[in-house]
Amino acid sequence: MSRQAAEQAAAGTQRPEEQKWMQVSGLKKYFPAAGSTIFNRRYVKAVDDVSFDIRQGETLGLVGESGCGKSTLGRTLIRLYQPTAGEILFDGKDLGSLGGREMKDMRRRMQFIFQDPSASLNPRKTVRDILMEPYRIHNVGTEKEREERARFLMDRVGLESYYFSRYPHEMSGGQKQRVGIARALALRPELIVCDEAVSALDVSIQAQVINLLEELQEEFSLTYLFISHNLSIVHHISDRVAVMYLGKIVEIGPHDAIYERPAHPYSQALIAAIPSGDRREDRERILLTGDVPSPVNPPAGCRFHTRCQRCGAICRQETPPLREVEKDHFAACHFVGGSAAADPEQQITASAEK
Amino acid sequence: MKKIKYSLRSSSFVRMLRTNPLFAIGVAICAAWLVVMVFADLIAPCDPLLQDMAVRLQPPSAQHWFGTDSLGRDIFSRVLVGSRISIGAGIQCILIAAVVGMLIGGLSGYVGGILDDIIMRIGELFTSFPSIILAMVIASAMGASLFNTLLTMCIVWWPNYARVMRAMVIQVKSNEYVEASRSLGASRLRIFFKEILPNSIGSIIVLATVDFGNAILLFASLSYMGLGSPPPAPEWGAMVSNGAEQFSYWWVATFPGLAILSVSLGANFIGDGVRDYLDPKLRKTIS
Repeated sequence: MSRQAAEQAAAGTQRPEEQKWMQVSGLKKYFPAAGSTIFNRRYVKAVDDVSFDIRQGETLGLVGESGCGKSTLGRTLIRLYQPTAGEILFDGKDLGSLGGREMKDMRRRMQFIFQDPSASLNPRKTVRDILMEPYRIHNVGTEKEREERARFLMDRVGLESYYFSRYPHEMSGGQKQRVGIARALALRPELIVCDEAVSALDVSIQAQVINLLEELQEEFSLTYLFISHNLSIVHHISDRVAVMYLGKIVEIGPHDAIYERPAHPYSQALIAAIPSGDRREDRERILLTGDVPSPVNPPAGCRFHTRCQRCGAICRQETPPLREVEKDHFAACHFVGGSAAADPEQQITASAEK
Repeated sequence: MKKIKYSLRSSSFVRMLRTNPLFAIGVAICAAWLVVMVFADLIAPCDPLLQDMAVRLQPPSAQHWFGTDSLGRDIFSRVLVGSRISIGAGIQCILIAAVVGMLIGGLSGYVGGILDDIIMRIGELFTSFPSIILAMVIASAMGASLFNTLLTMCIVWWPNYARVMRAMVIQVKSNEYVEASRSLGASRLRIFFKEILPNSIGSIIVLATVDFGNAILLFASLSYMGLGSPPPAPEWGAMVSNGAEQFSYWWVATFPGLAILSVSLGANFIGDGVRDYLDPKLRKTIS
């Protein structure tokens, strides 16, 4: 947990509005589905009515299966995609409604680290040009100053200066990802969305890059939205964790709470699937049956009801809202929190069933 | 040579000449033709327009290196002086068509949607006719002049470039580095010229150099029908068609034909070299 987040947690008695640095409400991103016609409009509901907040200085982990909309959410958040509906309040401004010039200024404050370091660097540019590009776009400094800054960035992400005139294809995956990180840092952003930033790297390199990201967070007081399907890494790096399923956030809370007391049946299944290093530890595995339903035509009611062992009548009809399970820990399930919650006894038996 | 590290851009041309023999040959051929174009008047032994019926259809000899044509004109001189018209027309036509096609196709692929559909349908309209017939129609409608002929050729030719460019842009624009540039706040124009264009231009250059020979031939065909350069002027295409009528006098068509062949060959070699140079992955490096 970074220093600022710790300070905020210590001063937790303050009004909650002050913590809401980035506030997302009702965010939707639909893509036209294949085979969609004028008469029969169909959409892939990649992100469907998502609300959450990001606090300054924290690392918010975002986990979920492939295709659940994690990446789309991350990209819509910094308006790489135009949201279909909803509001992204950042520093009091709605990102969705900003004009070109305002958005360009705003882009300096939020950056993106991509999954595939090879694809995210222009093969025709040297590292030098790649790192000077952000300053050229925003017209910062003279060419000489830009080069100095680029060299400083190289140094900060641990790249030797002789890579300066190299092309991306002459570097290894880990080195390329460092270039990607340096580029994201160039404009001194406050928020960085890391979309599977280490997934494409070797395991040994993953640890180095994760450590680098943590160091940089400390040094530049960054806020991360860390998107990954690797639960162990998210557990390590995050202050809070959000779990996504089929375009919706089903559970969000402090990482200890999510990993130790997952409330939503989907999160429980996910957490139970983390391989344990300890062979003696005898854990209950929860096996999910069936496939993820199509986001073009998601199930009515609770989206998870087709695969949920705890599914009741209400789940097929009503979409559960996020309810507070404990302080700061929310889950979208009819059986947890709130008045409709079933007794805890039932929860335990349900999750213990195969 | 092996240990020397080149860092200056100017020396990479020298390095390409060394490492890529075909490129060197292409450069040599084209440089030679360039010299010929400039100094044609000085090099040519005879007046290319001078008719001498006494020596008509003479085979190659010490006096007339490439022989004479049906009007007794010296073919060697005509080939040399003709380089100005033929190569000049080819270069202009290809340059204009490639640039126009590239911009239109790039726009089409980058913006997409309805604009893409409209532009591509218009392009198909042009390509659905045989280019020579379309060129004739346009040229005769606008009147025969060198400028109009060039314009006509561009109108006929741009859809080829637009289509290739569009396909390349659609492929390139889905790359993450384009998105990265957008997330940095780059404008659409900047993304197009800085990220997309450099990564799609390779195919255009190759297509342009391959097309260069075709352009000279199309220009020749138009000239043959009186739509290009007017008859007495030495023009390679017209000379070839002229020679084709007198097939037993092989030298009449062969030498201008060889000239066309050598120029398009040289252009092809250069095109391949430039394509390799533009793509750092294909660039040969000395280590």
